[in-house]
Amino acid sequence: MKRVLEGNHAASYGALLARVEVVSAYPITPQTQIVEKLAEFTADGRLRARFLEVESEHSAMAACIGASQAGVRAFTATSSQGLALMHELLHWAGAGRLPIVLVNVNRALAPPWSIYADQTDSLAQRDTGWMQIYCRSNQEVLDSVLLAYRVSEQVGLPTMLCLDAFLLSHTSEPVDVPEQAVADAFLPPYRPVLRLDPAVPRAFGGLAGADVFMEIRHQAQEAMDRALSLIVEAGEEYRALTGRGYGLVDGYRTAGAEILILGMGTIATTAEAAVDELREAGIPAGLLRVRVFRPFPAEALARGIGEARKLVVLDRNLSPGSGGILATELRAALLARDLAPGIWSYIAGLGGRDVTPAAIVSACREAVAEPAPGPGIRWLGLRA
Amino acid sequence: MSDFGFRMWGTRCNMNALGHLTEIPREEYMTPGHLACQGCGAALAMRLLLKGLGPDTVLVVPACCWSVINGPWHATAVAVPFLHTAFAAAASTAAGVRAAFAIRGVRASVVAWAGDGGTFDIGLQALSGAAERGSSDLYVCYDNEAYMNTGIQRSSATPWGAWTMTTPVPAVKRRPKKPILDIMAAHRIPYAATASVGHPEDLIAKVRRARAREGTRFLHILAPCPPGWRILPEQTLHLARLAVETRLFPLVEVEDGARLRITVMPRGERSVREYLAGQGRFQHLAADEIAAIQSAVEAAWAALLARAARPGNGGEPAGHAGNDTRT
Repeated sequence: MKRVLEGNHAASYGALLARVEVVSAYPITPQTQIVEKLAEFTADGRLRARFLEVESEHSAMAACIGASQAGVRAFTATSSQGLALMHELLHWAGAGRLPIVLVNVNRALAPPWSIYADQTDSLAQRDTGWMQIYCRSNQEVLDSVLLAYRVSEQVGLPTMLCLDAFLLSHTSEPVDVPEQAVADAFLPPYRPVLRLDPAVPRAFGGLAGADVFMEIRHQAQEAMDRALSLIVEAGEEYRALTGRGYGLVDGYRTAGAEILILGMGTIATTAEAAVDELREAGIPAGLLRVRVFRPFPAEALARGIGEARKLVVLDRNLSPGSGGILATELRAALLARDLAPGIWSYIAGLGGRDVTPAAIVSACREAVAEPAPGPGIRWLGLRA
Repeated sequence: MSDFGFRMWGTRCNMNALGHLTEIPREEYMTPGHLACQGCGAALAMRLLLKGLGPDTVLVVPACCWSVINGPWHATAVAVPFLHTAFAAAASTAAGVRAAFAIRGVRASVVAWAGDGGTFDIGLQALSGAAERGSSDLYVCYDNEAYMNTGIQRSSATPWGAWTMTTPVPAVKRRPKKPILDIMAAHRIPYAATASVGHPEDLIAKVRRARAREGTRFLHILAPCPPGWRILPEQTLHLARLAVETRLFPLVEVEDGARLRITVMPRGERSVREYLAGQGRFQHLAADEIAAIQSAVEAAWAALLARAARPGNGGEPAGHAGNDTRT
């Protein structure tokens, strides 16, 4: 059934269809509508869940950890400062191998205060052991909640689902809301093998010596590796059920592309317009959208890049002292595969700065004009 | 005194002498091989708690001595499930477990079990939040009056005048212990009580009364720490009892945030000097400082007696008649 939904409510409908059982959250702009809607679903009985209105994001994630360890499907949503406050427990959920799904609305971190789009908040959490998915449409947000639980529960890892503040969170789009029966066919009830049961005196998370700690981390890495193919598999199965499939990376006009734009989230939609303009001007440009950032889809990216010799990477984030996080990780992954296309690394759209098709076209024209990018990062649309 | 404590184990003692008739269950839910220090009050507190609660119990434990005591990975020292969690997250993690059990229809006592640091300090926000929401968990603080697991640093539960590694002589702690029971009772939770490992019959009776109530329940157990208090392992029970008998640590319970009852009435007059002199952490105290502690204890005790004797006992909320239905 088609509905006109803002991105936040698309996330709520995804959680409703996933039949989440415990929702624990704390308000923060621009996430709040996600959990408000879930409170409404819980109150009117459409969702059989416990809703915990906790006193902080730290407690929100702790309650999700307790609920997930006790064997139910747990959900939360947050943004920016809230995600940063959760940091300690993000590690706990990841290393605890708990298949929690968190929707993060990508918002800049203060100071200075800003409530606008910026992906530094979630990318700063890339080492916490969570899978990360960056969405470009409200439809993808809804579908990805189901996809996230499916794969999370298969491999025992949590998933962070990211959407850009306001550009998706508060923007309404037509969204196909699948029938519950379709969601149920895709996502079976959560039945973990290991869970808290009063009759079984297990200890979870106890002191590990150096003799076993590395093996435990190694298993988490293996789970991430396994997730790469399971994400693709789940996406294909979802396509068979709904007509909409999702992978690790998707492309736009990549055939014969000599210059490829790479980005995550809504910036990719804008970049499609830039690709069209460049193609019209006779420049063989294309787009690779990185949908899944953790596990990092190095193989899929290497395949997608193919013969392209110039990459323009748009990072709506900044690791100060290093640069754009996608560009950095991409460079490392390609180098490990003896691929060395030129990478023009742009910092773009921080704190909600508008990234226009024209700005992306100008970045690509720089790459076309220059034989090699040289070291260093570039700032798209930086005021003089 | 210590003989008294040890003789109890495995026997069904008649505690008439203490004004209570409580059977200490024979069942053991702690196993040999735990990693506590000799004379650990926290180990004893857990043993008694589990005897009071019985098997349908799940423990949620943040960073504290018990993160270590329960044993290394693959091992556990208790016969009930044990979920480790982050330092500030005992009450919030327990609330999540409780919510999941409600969905699954699992009946069990969900117990957040934390030290004084995890309760008075870093975990207080989550605890206050859970209490305000009325999360139906039992929160138990075993209080050894400092960060003992990290090697004796002051917490807000450390008493006035005590030495710790971060309050070295002469810059010993010059602030009073945070009144955690009052703070929790002020949340109008159904049940809040103090207990001491030196009074096991009172402790177990309180565990049972707490278990019988719905909503957030809070137990504050004084648990002496031989390395941290600079005492010998065999002094644990003696000092736990002396803390009560000197009126430094009154054994009370508060129901619905209003009705306060002193559950163990100390007899005779025992000076705090006797309690303080037995511990290395107070050795530096001068006579006038001990006198000041004595005065403060007497004033607090007088106030407590007055509060317990007040008609209606502190003012009861609407809908709660004065009748005490406790058995």
